[in-house]
Amino acid sequence: MDRFVFLTFDGLVRGVVLAAFALALVLIWRAARIVNFAQGAMAVASVYVAYSVTAATGSYWIGFAAALLAGLALGTLVDVAVMRFVDHSSPLNAVIVALGLVLLLQAVLGMTYGNEYLPVAAPLSRDALSIGGLALLSRYDLFVFAAVLVVVVALALLFTRTPVGLRMRAAAFAPQVSRLLGVNVGGMLTLGWALAAGVGALAGMLVLPTELGLHPNAMDLVFVSAFTAAVVGGLDSPAGAVVGGVAVGLILSYVSGYVGSDTAPIAVLVLLLAVLLIRPNGLFSSAQARHV
Amino acid sequence: MSVIGEPGQRVEQTTPASAPAAAAPAKPHLPWGGSTLLRHLALVALAAVVLLGLTYWLEPFRNYQLATVAAYLCATAGLTVLTGLNGQLSLGHGALMAAGAYTVALTQQMLTDRGATGVGVLVVSLGCGVLVSLLAGAVIGVAAARLRGPYLAGVTLAVALVVPALAITFDGTLGGEQGLSFYVDPPPAALGPYFPYERWQAWLALAGALLVMLLLANLVRSRFGRSLRAVRDDEVAARLAGIHVARTQVLAFVVSAACAGLGGGLLAVLAQSVSPGAFSMTLSLFLLMAIVVGGLGSLAGAVWGALLLVILPELTHLITEQFTLAPATAQRLDGNLPLALFGGTLVVVMIVAPGGIQRVLVRLARRIDPRRRTAPGPEER
Repeated sequence: MDRFVFLTFDGLVRGVVLAAFALALVLIWRAARIVNFAQGAMAVASVYVAYSVTAATGSYWIGFAAALLAGLALGTLVDVAVMRFVDHSSPLNAVIVALGLVLLLQAVLGMTYGNEYLPVAAPLSRDALSIGGLALLSRYDLFVFAAVLVVVVALALLFTRTPVGLRMRAAAFAPQVSRLLGVNVGGMLTLGWALAAGVGALAGMLVLPTELGLHPNAMDLVFVSAFTAAVVGGLDSPAGAVVGGVAVGLILSYVSGYVGSDTAPIAVLVLLLAVLLIRPNGLFSSAQARHV
Repeated sequence: MSVIGEPGQRVEQTTPASAPAAAAPAKPHLPWGGSTLLRHLALVALAAVVLLGLTYWLEPFRNYQLATVAAYLCATAGLTVLTGLNGQLSLGHGALMAAGAYTVALTQQMLTDRGATGVGVLVVSLGCGVLVSLLAGAVIGVAAARLRGPYLAGVTLAVALVVPALAITFDGTLGGEQGLSFYVDPPPAALGPYFPYERWQAWLALAGALLVMLLLANLVRSRFGRSLRAVRDDEVAARLAGIHVARTQVLAFVVSAACAGLGGGLLAVLAQSVSPGAFSMTLSLFLLMAIVVGGLGSLAGAVWGALLLVILPELTHLITEQFTLAPATAQRLDGNLPLALFGGTLVVVMIVAPGGIQRVLVRLARRIDPRRRTAPGPEER
């Protein structure tokens, strides 16, 4: 029973990070109808920036801020310099370009930092606090919860309560009409990319201290898990991404805990297939007109 | 009412338009009587003769590289049929190659343990490799036929990531991180005692690649090939034309997986070993890069792509050798520079020249030889 409780809390912590990462995917999907396969590599690049800044200044928090800024900058750059020029008549094109970016980013990181695992320190203790004799959550886990909560609430407020959020939704929903009404559609798209990459960078910062370490390929499996989470919730639904993230985190935690941590990728594949074959639009998406 | 009148109208419109095209046969007298199969057989025989001569001319290491190109070609040709002609993006072809490679390793181990020798052993194990990856392809294909665009890409990406996990979970049979090594017979005694092993490897791989190219070239020009393109361009229209969309998609995946299995099996035979590291996600992305840069949907483009996969790393190695670098820096560059080049090329080609090398070559050929201008080759999409 103790083990079950431990795995549940561990899964919740994993889940909220996956939720943040899935949220980043959903943000870009809603804005540009692109699944950003380079999200993982972009997040790793941001974390490498944090690694360098932390090594130079000695402060984790300056590095943390640098990672978020690097994420925002990278997202802007990817949209302005690459994605804007892609022919979007076939959905394959954007995916292929994103995969090219993955190779490019991972190679540049490998050339700069080497292909070894670099240790990443957590800013807070990862020893579990004891509550009533049960060791459940560490200070770092609480920090993860708080950080993701802040981001989710901030994004929700941005999209529902501010003029910028309204313009972003309009630009995604009806680009032509919004352009006629004076909305800078291209700018809103870039803002969407920047925000998504920033959230991705945050998720990367939160997840890597709990993994093996920093490596150009460190986020590959996290990306696929987050993609699964986004698909579970429906790529269109931010709330679905959060719920899907927590669900996938819990399932992965149970599978790793009871079957073996090496089987996690297999579990992700099975889960992804099951969801896509049973409810291709996700559990939380609204009904859609079928295309014949 | 006008709907009923339309077909008649159309016939009247199209008859005069199509008449000059039929009346002006651009084709001269063809020695093979216009048969696609005979033309492809002649081309393959010609290629075989040229390549045979090449293997005698090249030094052993170049022969080994030629064999590697041939092994990659099996996989890229299969992938270009799936992605280029049928519009299904697979990021899991590295995993299908791994399925073929591991099967070859296991069969080869089993057969040599029983004392079997000769070329037949290799043929049997390669056949088993193709069969297993074909079955794996059928399973993925059935799921893939229900998925579209980014969803399919995500699932196949997960398939690519599963390979190391499977190798470690079943390390009793699959050998974990180290993988498996196995024995491959030397060249048959009939070829003489001093026959270079690398030339034998090149022959094996080239035979596989030529077989794949012959079969795929015929498939692409067949009724099934046209169905593939019809499904890619418009599923609804294809269905209205009486094409079973899901069946076509699954079959495309099966064909493509079988080719990938042969390619993986040949790679394993060349290295005489398999390990999960050789079939990582990066390999799947490399295959995708190869077919996109070569020219998506064209078999000739798959040849360019397979060549690039071997030449680019060699080229970057030569370039880095020109500079005197610290060993650590050189090591970092050696593994990563080709990767960066591949990624950069992929992005640039997608944006600037979506038809890849083959499209550029076809355009150049047309500029030089105006006769070709009238008949856009079937290689062009």
